[in-house]
Parts: sequence; structure tokens; C-alpha cells
Amino acid sequence: MDPEAAKYIGAGLATLGMIGAGIGVGTIFSGFLQGALRNPGAAGGQFHTLILGFALTEALGILSFVLGLLILFS
Amino acid sequence: MADPMHQFQVQKIMDLPDFSLPFVGRIDMAVTNATVALAISFALVVLFFAISTARVAVVPGRMQVIGESVFGFIDDLAVSIIGHEGRKFFPYVFTLFTFILAMNMLGLFLMFGPTAQLAVTATLGIMTIALVIIVGLVKNGLSFFKLFVPSGVPWYLLVLVVPIEVISFALRPATLALRLFGNMLGGHVAMKVFAGFVVSLGALAAGGGIGLLGIPGAALALGSVVALTALEFLVAFLQAFVFAVLACVYLNDAVHAGHH
Repeated sequence: MDPEAAKYIGAGLATLGMIGAGIGVGTIFSGFLQGALRNPGAAGGQFHTLILGFALTEALGILSFVLGLLILFS
Repeated sequence: MADPMHQFQVQKIMDLPDFSLPFVGRIDMAVTNATVALAISFALVVLFFAISTARVAVVPGRMQVIGESVFGFIDDLAVSIIGHEGRKFFPYVFTLFTFILAMNMLGLFLMFGPTAQLAVTATLGIMTIALVIIVGLVKNGLSFFKLFVPSGVPWYLLVLVVPIEVISFALRPATLALRLFGNMLGGHVAMKVFAGFVVSLGALAAGGGIGLLGIPGAALALGSVVALTALEFLVAFLQAFVFAVLACVYLNDAVHAGHH
């Protein structure tokens, strides 16, 4: 295979890691909404935890994105 | 289509004579677009808070309300996460939040975002984690290392848990830096790519004939650019907030390392 083509395919494959991050972020917000609608009084206090979980999950997706860029532009 | 990565190139605006430091080597002192953008965002923050607190009144004016609510927002954050001792770290967290927010916003207006440079975000991340380690060691002494040994774990599992904890701590500055960098870079590239679609589809339509089908496509791409710009304003705020929250959480770990 042409090495240039293999590089592009590899960069595309590397960004597939964002699928997992997408599922994870969706799970976090759905879990928060389910809890928040059952007990709206306690929801406000958990906002920081929500953002923290979101940020930690999203970081993994960003890692695969950066890896894709590294493969593409190296 | 224009190269979407071109906007992140650091270009020299004014060349200053280089000088060399022992152990470090030659240092390029040139004024680049990155340094100009950093200086502008710093000046914006200082100017905003200078103006908003210039005429302090018991009944606040518009600017004073904005300044005070930003102040109170971060104060609440630091105290609710770190606890009573959060007041001591408030100036650092507040500086981080306002500076990153100014840099992110500048990237949306100026076409050069300093936070889309890994060097800037890595500096902020390393600075934060260095503060965490120093505070932890000064406050707790050697019991700071209890952070890596969760209580209530059987001794035979510690062989497994301690390395994981050490690795996750070592990855903290990297994820702090990469999250901000990746979000900003990704957002700007996506905007540029969609803006490129508008131009290339418009050029196709200008050819006439069957190329006129490019007009609805160009309109769709233009709408996406507008929507993405709105989204990027949200992301700019959210990432500054996330950075501040994570700095607070890591500082909380360091302050209360002994109570795990």
C-alpha cells in the first residue's frame, strides 16, 4: 500500500476512539438527568461532579483526536 | 480550499536580538503573533476589572455587577470544592479562569487563539500540578503520598492500585493541557473546514449549469458555520470553567491528602 494512503487511513482509524468518549459523555448526562428529574432539589449541588465527570471522559476522546492529528501531520 | 492548520502557525512580527542562557541555550526573543495575543488577553482582563471596579458604589452599576458576579462565581466554586481553605487558592483559580476565558474568546475574534497552542496550555497545566505538589508537600509533609494509597484497600491489592494511582496522577497535567488544546484546535479546524465548503461550493455555482446545485449546499455550510460559532462561544466558557474546576479538585486532593 502507498505509505501516504496508509497514513490517512491510520489517522481516520485513530479518531474512532472518539466513539467511546461520545457514548461515555451521553451516559453521564443521561444519568445526571435521570437523577435530577427524580430529585430536583439535590441536582444543583451535583453540578460540579457532573462537569468533572464530563471533563474526565471527554479528555479520552480528545486524546484520540490529538493522536489522529499527530499521525496526519507527522 | 485554504489549509485549515495555517491559522495556528506562529509568525514573527518583530525580530529582536536573540540571547543565550547557560544550560538552556539560545532563546529566540522575537515578538510573534502568539505573544501579541497573550499580551492582549492579559491586558483585556486587567482593563475589564480596572474599569468595573473604578467607581465602586453600594448600588453597583452594570460593569460592577458583571465584575462582582464573576468574582462571586469563582469564589463559590473554590469554597464549595476545597472548603474553608479554598479562600487561599482563590486568587490562583480566579486568574486561571479569567485568563483562559480571555484567551479563548480572543481566539474567536482575532483568528489566533493562544489556547490552541500546546505550549501555552502545557505551561498552565504544569504550573497547576507544580502548585498542587508544593502545597501538598508543605501542608502534609510526607503524608502527602497517602494520596497514592487509598485507605480500606487490602494489602495484596495495593500492588495493583498504587501504580494505577501514580500513573493517573502523572497523567493529570497532560490531560489538563490536552483537553484545552484539543477542544480549541478541534473547534477552530471544524469552523475553518465548513467555511472552506462555502467558498468551494460557491465557486462551483459561479460556473453555472449543473454547478448551480452547489448553492443550497453552500447555504447549508454557511448555516453550520453560524451554529458552530455559537457552539464555540459555549465551549470557550465551558473549557475555562472545566480548567478552574479541575484545578480546584486537584488542589483539594493536595490540601486534604491525609484524610483519604
